[in-house]
Amino acid sequence: MSTILVFVEHKAGAARRASLETLGAAHATGLKVVAFVTGAGAADVAPKLGAAGAAEVVVVTGADSYSPDGCAADAVALIQSSGAKAFLCANTSAGKDLLARVAGALDCVPFADCVELKLQGAAFVVRRPVLAGKATITVQSNSPVLCATLRPNTFAAATAGGSAAVSSVATKGGKVLVTSVAAKADAKLDVKEAPIVVSGGRGLREAPHFKLVEDLAAAFGNAAVGASRAVVDAGWRPHSEQVGQTGKTVSPQLYFAVGISGAIQHLAGMRTSKVIVAINKDAAAPIFKVADFGIVGDAFEVLPVLTEAIKKARS
Amino acid sequence: MKIIACVKRVPTTEVQAKVAADGKSIDTTGFEYMLSFYDDLAVEEALKAKEKHGGEVTVLTLGPSDASKELREALAKGADKAVILVDPSWHTRDARSTAKALAAKIKELGADVVFTGRVATDRDQSSVGPMLAAYLGMSCVTDVVKLELAANGGNAQRESEAGVETLSFPLPAVITCDKGLNEPRYAGLKGIMAAKKKTIEEVPAQDVPNASQVLAVELPPARKEGRIVGEGAAAVPALIAALKNEAKVL
Repeated sequence: MSTILVFVEHKAGAARRASLETLGAAHATGLKVVAFVTGAGAADVAPKLGAAGAAEVVVVTGADSYSPDGCAADAVALIQSSGAKAFLCANTSAGKDLLARVAGALDCVPFADCVELKLQGAAFVVRRPVLAGKATITVQSNSPVLCATLRPNTFAAATAGGSAAVSSVATKGGKVLVTSVAAKADAKLDVKEAPIVVSGGRGLREAPHFKLVEDLAAAFGNAAVGASRAVVDAGWRPHSEQVGQTGKTVSPQLYFAVGISGAIQHLAGMRTSKVIVAINKDAAAPIFKVADFGIVGDAFEVLPVLTEAIKKARS
Repeated sequence: MKIIACVKRVPTTEVQAKVAADGKSIDTTGFEYMLSFYDDLAVEEALKAKEKHGGEVTVLTLGPSDASKELREALAKGADKAVILVDPSWHTRDARSTAKALAAKIKELGADVVFTGRVATDRDQSSVGPMLAAYLGMSCVTDVVKLELAANGGNAQRESEAGVETLSFPLPAVITCDKGLNEPRYAGLKGIMAAKKKTIEEVPAQDVPNASQVLAVELPPARKEGRIVGEGAAAVPALIAALKNEAKVL
């Protein structure tokens, strides 16, 4: 049976949710799933991956500090030794980076940020957005190995359960090395991975007012803060929070657009969210055209009340 | 230092996508084009590297002859040379095809460092930079927001889900540039005049057949018409009820 190799990211002894979803998508193809984990703590995560759909797990040892080209070399070696027909990772910062390195090394076409993956006969077919989601293309891979990243919050994690055989292999090592990581304050969720995103725009008028957006996100407990390009360009928020064509494309379960008018570039980055809520003073703002539920009103008045209501609903 | 800025001409971010009659491509009628946002950062970083280390900056693209407009602007900002690998159907190439043709030219030109944007805002792949590194045997750091470049290597910072990572890398290297790395300069009048005298080399792009096939292009499904639940803070209970009972997300 053909094999799919999946790169699994982890933190604090648990696989990232986006990686579990990727394992789920691989498992759903019916092919044999081999997962690999690397970095400090990889051995603790490995035994848990059988339940997430992996038949085998390979722990790469000697790579406590991440090396992006070293990890790519390890992936290539595992693809070659297992005869894998596909290589998948989550469309995260590390996943996208790894995808292109592996595809280059194998001389295959990479497909980033796929929202659908299927086997048609012997060929893999993926769907992925282009122009920041203004269109989607369905593409058949004609490369010997399908190389793809899958969009977080799009595929279901496997619940089949099972146990995986765990083995280990020493890293090939690389020339590029992560020498330090300045962890995010209070382990903030990334806007691309979070199941709920609360984004603010120019309607908040001043940078300190973003506290209202942060408070609403905090009330959910599992929400990330997002921002429109206007407020990132104004220096109110970091670029890592920007949603839209020159920022990140997100598909959370629930998306709040607060004081964001809804320029086409922003809509492109969030229109595939499952449920969209817009809060804006201007009833004619384009954001209301894509929102499921809207409140016409001032963010300063609505957000504190909404935050309290969410706290109550969640308690 | 031999420095290359690898850039791409892309549709402006204002364009609306339309599906062409064949159902397998995007109708580009009426599209206007620009330098991909992040490639502007790559040009700037290349110019900064030249200012610090000396040498020469070549701006390289694979695209139509019309891309001379974007390259001329880079020349006006201070780039020394510009090369277009001409392919009128550049936008139908897959990432592998684009990367291989660019890599062949970079090999011929020689480079200590290649700068490119972290993503081209048309295909949204973020792939060509690291693929160039793979084809050329160079090191690579992606999504760089801070760079210290020395004669034989450097340190770069990138933002990931984990936080800000600092990486060390040897030259030759491919660096993909993210927002925050620099503020692109504007071309001055003197530069614009000087750029008019510079020639832009145009050579046919190496033919690399795609190893993928687009089966269909679709527009995202229109979102179902939503509704305004009310005005001001008084609408909050109605919103909570809708999220709980209709959308079932609370």
